[in-house]
Amino acid sequence: MLTQRLLTSDKGGMIVLAILALTCILVPILNLAVPESSPFHVSTFTVTLLGKFLCYALLALALDLIWGYAGILSLGHGAFFALGGYAMGMYLMRQIGDRGKYGDPLLPDFMVFLNWKDLPWYWQGFDMFWFTAIMIVLIPGILAWVFGWLAFRSRVTGVYFAIITQALTYALMLAFFRNEMGFGGNNGLTDFKDILGFSITADSTRIGLFLASGIALMLAYLACRYIVTSRAGRVIVSIRDAETRTRFSGYKVESYKLWLFVFSAVLAGIAGALYVPQVGIINPGEFSPLNSIELVVWVATGGRGTLYGAIVGAFSVNYGKTVFTSFYPEAWLFPLGLLFVLVTLVLPQGLVGLLGKIKKNRAGDNSDKQTTDKADTKEGA
Amino acid sequence: MNPIKHARNWGSRALPKKDPNFGHPLDTSHGPILYVEDVSVSFDGFKALNNLNLYIDEGELRCIIGPNGAGKTTMMDVITGKTKPDAGSVYFGQQINLLELSEHQIARGGIGRKFQKPTVYEALSVYENLELATAGDKRFWSTLTRGLNGEQKDRISEVMETIGLTDSVRNDAGNLSHGQKQWLEIGMLLMQSPRVLLVDEPVAGMTGEETERTAELLTSLAGKHSVIVVEHDMAFVRSIAREVTVLHQGSVLAEGTMDKVQNDPKVIEVYLGE
Repeated sequence: MLTQRLLTSDKGGMIVLAILALTCILVPILNLAVPESSPFHVSTFTVTLLGKFLCYALLALALDLIWGYAGILSLGHGAFFALGGYAMGMYLMRQIGDRGKYGDPLLPDFMVFLNWKDLPWYWQGFDMFWFTAIMIVLIPGILAWVFGWLAFRSRVTGVYFAIITQALTYALMLAFFRNEMGFGGNNGLTDFKDILGFSITADSTRIGLFLASGIALMLAYLACRYIVTSRAGRVIVSIRDAETRTRFSGYKVESYKLWLFVFSAVLAGIAGALYVPQVGIINPGEFSPLNSIELVVWVATGGRGTLYGAIVGAFSVNYGKTVFTSFYPEAWLFPLGLLFVLVTLVLPQGLVGLLGKIKKNRAGDNSDKQTTDKADTKEGA
Repeated sequence: MNPIKHARNWGSRALPKKDPNFGHPLDTSHGPILYVEDVSVSFDGFKALNNLNLYIDEGELRCIIGPNGAGKTTMMDVITGKTKPDAGSVYFGQQINLLELSEHQIARGGIGRKFQKPTVYEALSVYENLELATAGDKRFWSTLTRGLNGEQKDRISEVMETIGLTDSVRNDAGNLSHGQKQWLEIGMLLMQSPRVLLVDEPVAGMTGEETERTAELLTSLAGKHSVIVVEHDMAFVRSIAREVTVLHQGSVLAEGTMDKVQNDPKVIEVYLGE
């Protein structure tokens, strides 16, 4: 009954989930079992690239949940992604142990370089994976809770909320750039060796991370569907469309916004944590406001308020970016800006909406008949 | 369905600390269900309400009229917790101080409000609109994990009957006519099992027939609920009013039956004079 609720009337979502599941089955086989000489072989480079896209898609999903459904535009969602990434990065740094350049068994290289004698208190515990896993959820979650509590309680909405989230991520970027913060300054955390005892560069580890990202995305999708198809999901849409009415219907609007925002931040944090071992580095650049704006473009391009549209958007824009930057590495911002303008002007429903429109037009011949049929059934019922 | 029983259900669990005495039956032993006493509100020096005194009895249907800027909407804002007054007190029954509560607490406690412009959730169906307004546990976790129970579903059918929208149950609220949206919003108030209904200009923009049906609907609700109607349409007020309060410049100018109020020289001066 639950599967029925989550997936019926969500054709697009079912298609996207099916493609994801298929990719998760095929890619490992084509990478590990098919010899490199075969034209069907999928290179490890491609696996890592796809794994990265899966993390972006998870991040886009997180944003669509609050932007598309609750109408809360966060221009700082990259901050939660980066925090999850840093938590994972700290674990990976601690795994290096004495294999670093300076060979210190406890301190990461950059701390030795800064002449630090002891591990700062906030680095304690990150040598254990279970602790790191908890922190990946808790750190973005707690920040979102505190930030959201202050913002929603003061009824900060719309463009003001967007601006302060932007300021949040910018402030975090500046803070993480400082060497004294103890997160590696502008170099960030890198030179990772292994994760859970597996070499981080091995093909099988790459496949493992790819699979973990794919599964995380699918589970997150179902969790988001669970929320938006519940009564709470309808309350959230009502808040988006008529906030005052919802308040006078007896709902504590702030707490709905807050929990949704926290959940979204946690998803973003998980995406960041899966992203870092695949790209091998996390630095303050991930907090850059531009990243968060790009994220908004992915969701808008895919089609907001549909969940699966965010996944489609993240994949298509990032694929475009990969292709484009291989020709003109410096000029990516121009097509990105153009894309945003075009989507806003021509495709307010995004790619997903465009597909729907094409389908409708194709069925145009029958549409007159269909509407009358529909009217009939409605009267009959 | 007994609204007080409902209130007790969530009163003990939902808002344990800050929640008012909704757990006890509303104390209306002295007659009035709503006390608005010496309330003043000013915006940037403009006195929207000026020592306003108003008492609404249980089950009463009260019409409030007054020229633009008389403070009608501000009065509703104060009662429903949207605006905090500079001075005065607002009590719900003998015990509950509404000024200490926020909008959603007041709404849960049994004061429903209909806006001047019909405000329904256009993206949702008629059924879903009523479902959202249903009295019950309205916290995030509860709405996330639980659907409605049978009793609540029965109540939805009952209310749909009352507002005459049974045939449009699966339609999107956005596709309803203006009048139907107004009724749907009244239906949403009823789903909250309110003791007091505040209805702001219910017949603005309605056709004659719709106005008539709305008059019937509101009169049938009085008795079971206390109904406060703010309206400009004098013919409509005359058709439903038993007791009329005239507001002028933020305070009560006259109070009484429609005939008495209409012949009051002060009222005539405000409406016709100058």
